[in-house]
Amino acid sequence: MAVGLKARQGFGRAVHVLVLLFFSVALGFPFYWMVITSFKQNPDLYNLKNNPFIFNMKPTLEHVTFLFRETLFLRWLGNTLFAGICVVTITLLLAVPAAYALTRITGRWGGHVGIAIFLTYLVPPTLLFIPLSRIVALLGLQDTLWSIIVVYPSFTIPFSIWLLMGFFKSIPRELEDAAMVDGLTRFQAFLKLVIPISVSGILTVVIFTFTLVTQEFVYALTFISSASHQTVGVGVPIYLVRGDVYYWGSLMAACLISALPIGILYNLFLDRFIAGFTVGSVK
Amino acid sequence: MAIVQTRALTKVFKKGELGAVNSVDLESREGEFLVLLGPSGSGKTTLLRMIAGLEEPTSGEILIGGRVVNDMTPRERRIAMVFQSYALYPHLTVFGNIVFPLKAQGMEKGERQKKAEWAAGLLGIGHLMHRKPRELSGGERQRVALARAIVREPALFLLDEPLSNLDAKLRASARTELEQFQRRVATTTIYVTHDQVEAMAMGDRVVVMNKGLVRQIGTPAEVYDEPADTFVATFLGSPPMNLIDIGEATVGFRPEHFFPVSHLAGQAAVPADMREDARVGPYVPLRFLISHEEYLGAERILYGKLEGGRFDGKPAVSRMSSTHGAVFESGSVHAFAVRQGDLKFFHREQGTRTQPVPLS
Amino acid sequence: MSALGRQRWLGPAMFLPAILYVVALVGVPFVLAFLYSVGDVKVGSVGYHFVGLANFKSVLQSPTFLRSLRNSFVFTIASQVLVLLGANILAMALKNVFPGRRFVRFLILLPWVAPVSIGSIGWKWILDSLYSVINWVLIRFHLVNEFSPPMYLGEPKLAMISVILVHTWHMLPFATVIILAGWTAIPKDIPEAASVDGARFFRRLFQIELPMMLPIINVAVLFGVIFTFTDMTVVYILTRGGPYDTTQVLPSQAFFTGILGSDLAEGAAISLFLVPLLVVVAWLMLRTAHKAEVT
Repeated sequence: MAVGLKARQGFGRAVHVLVLLFFSVALGFPFYWMVITSFKQNPDLYNLKNNPFIFNMKPTLEHVTFLFRETLFLRWLGNTLFAGICVVTITLLLAVPAAYALTRITGRWGGHVGIAIFLTYLVPPTLLFIPLSRIVALLGLQDTLWSIIVVYPSFTIPFSIWLLMGFFKSIPRELEDAAMVDGLTRFQAFLKLVIPISVSGILTVVIFTFTLVTQEFVYALTFISSASHQTVGVGVPIYLVRGDVYYWGSLMAACLISALPIGILYNLFLDRFIAGFTVGSVK
Repeated sequence: MAIVQTRALTKVFKKGELGAVNSVDLESREGEFLVLLGPSGSGKTTLLRMIAGLEEPTSGEILIGGRVVNDMTPRERRIAMVFQSYALYPHLTVFGNIVFPLKAQGMEKGERQKKAEWAAGLLGIGHLMHRKPRELSGGERQRVALARAIVREPALFLLDEPLSNLDAKLRASARTELEQFQRRVATTTIYVTHDQVEAMAMGDRVVVMNKGLVRQIGTPAEVYDEPADTFVATFLGSPPMNLIDIGEATVGFRPEHFFPVSHLAGQAAVPADMREDARVGPYVPLRFLISHEEYLGAERILYGKLEGGRFDGKPAVSRMSSTHGAVFESGSVHAFAVRQGDLKFFHREQGTRTQPVPLS
Repeated sequence: MSALGRQRWLGPAMFLPAILYVVALVGVPFVLAFLYSVGDVKVGSVGYHFVGLANFKSVLQSPTFLRSLRNSFVFTIASQVLVLLGANILAMALKNVFPGRRFVRFLILLPWVAPVSIGSIGWKWILDSLYSVINWVLIRFHLVNEFSPPMYLGEPKLAMISVILVHTWHMLPFATVIILAGWTAIPKDIPEAASVDGARFFRRLFQIELPMMLPIINVAVLFGVIFTFTDMTVVYILTRGGPYDTTQVLPSQAFFTGILGSDLAEGAAISLFLVPLLVVVAWLMLRTAHKAEVT
């Protein structure tokens, strides 16, 4: 019997390892491919005789140098960073007080408003981009970075409110009661007590908003037509391509540089985002 | 120092929400320890929160020190409150917690420091000043909460079940400490609890509440010995008062007043309390069919049914000291008695106290 | 004014700015989309004339639109089926602690957290017509003809499959982590009780654990459907809807018609076909949330 059990466990373990291996390769391969491509010399890269999985010639930094020296990549990084900071600021200023008010001040129907706001997150850019392109034009923002700075909070605010509502709900009500008995007004209690103890929730919103800004594609593609005003997410896949010629080496280097930091940041805060999506369905 | 009054204070909640308060009139005395006692959902916490200004009354008035405070924020009412969870600010140290209300008042820094040290000294937590709340034990947290409450010398203390988060052993000592502390600072205190032992032990007076109504206000002895209605009679005491429906009224007597006749006859010397029989009147003899007994160490509880006459078949409980050595077998019938004066009579429907009715 | 009365305007003062912002940039364009779809708005035009259902009529008569509509469903259903299968298997493999689990989790998450446009361009290179690494391997093993290897993005069927697989690649991590959250939320004693009662692995899985996971799997699927049905990024970057509009989906066609083709009205009419699905998903989601609240 013991042997049978052991054999069964061994088989289970083998399946486990195989499953993990398969998915790791299938999901991670493109990133490995970005790394390999970024540092290969062109003669190596475009020689069909060479084994493409390894460096057949010495690795090179020429693609990375090219990327920073000859393309708008650095500019796009700066644009993305700037837009990200602006969008994060707008989102925090509007979403934090709103989420607090809807969880604590407005009573029962605050929760309903919260759900309604969350549902607007489901309305996709591909439904709104046509009318929005007109609104952006009316505001005189077409082909500027400001167009996306104004529009992005329309989807970062709803999800941030939703995340923060879950967070604020977990703060014991008695803490705020105590602060008010101790001499603060409700609004002061929000500023001096609720915000300091919600730092990690607010940080989650910051990271989340920032990653959304880097991931967005449709609005930036629609509203901005000059390469120099673009963000990384559109600039790299659209404007690093000259005609039909792809500079694959520098293109992949750009992908790598823009994807990895976001990936690492996001990973650190992952559990919180998931909590945001699954509120209510996991106990 | 101040007294608190409420006038027809009412709080109506939506359907399904517990804790409504129905036209409560209450008046505390100067420096007294007033306990609000009731089961959960009786409205006692809501009443306290309305006094604190955390809950808006539907109607009625609240007066603190003779002034109507309905329109004042909690901060303007000069009160201090200790919460069930203590509500210590998790991001501040013990010191930060204690000076928090002083900062909110805009007190100058040096004075703040002095006050905080005074309060911490009073509660013996001076050595914990730089710890965070999560590094404290339950008892220490409770003291920090108290220190935060007294530091600004409030006119009124409000305490919402502050001992319920402590374990049983700690609770007993914390009870004594809290009581002595209150006597020392002599600030009018309103204390909410569902624990009758706490209420009896600490309160100068006890307000018994149920379903948003005040059922009785009195000293612990008054509410225990002379319950105003059947709710108070059964809520206080463990086991609760025996209530027996005899048709025109409900008769009640406490289990400890219901004892075996052998208890009287078997004694060589006449017990001291027998001499007072003239005051409490003659005995009412009752036959008691024992079903089972619980031995609790210090005391014994007998469960069974009454037999004969108007009490036939009614369940009853007797409680006696373990020093009483008699043996009561299950299924055996014994002669028991209650003194006439220990019988309380209640209105059958309304449950309120009525005049005694003749039993035979 | 009473002390608590002051709170009555504090609440609205705190949440109205956010709500107005969202209404102005989601609610207003949402309504405008409807107005455009029954008007004659073009880029640069000023006036607005009501044209009734003319735009819808012309859209419905276009074979490209019908193909996009069909593609959208094929694209969504196929990728979501794959995502659901893969995510459940992967989540099961990840739910137990093993050495290196954090790293594997990070690796597996990358496709979701990296900007989707960037990930897609990575795939475009892998699926390149000339330098595809896949073809290099297949040629090595003599599985395809060296002189006419498959053009993954150039042949209609292969292009559609590529688009579906790349989207699956992108969405799989998201569904996995949500389902993983569900697994960790199942009280451990229930499966344990089942195994004490003699239930083997598959019986436990299908009769106890999966039914308990159903609400959370619902959430993963609903989000997955929305994000897939309304996405145009993968298609736009990999194929631009080609070859010959064979991989066109509703959102990408709305973009080509409304933005690049300057026909805002017709573009709006196309994108409005997303709405019925959105409504259904929103309704299902509310029901799920409601059920979770009740239990």
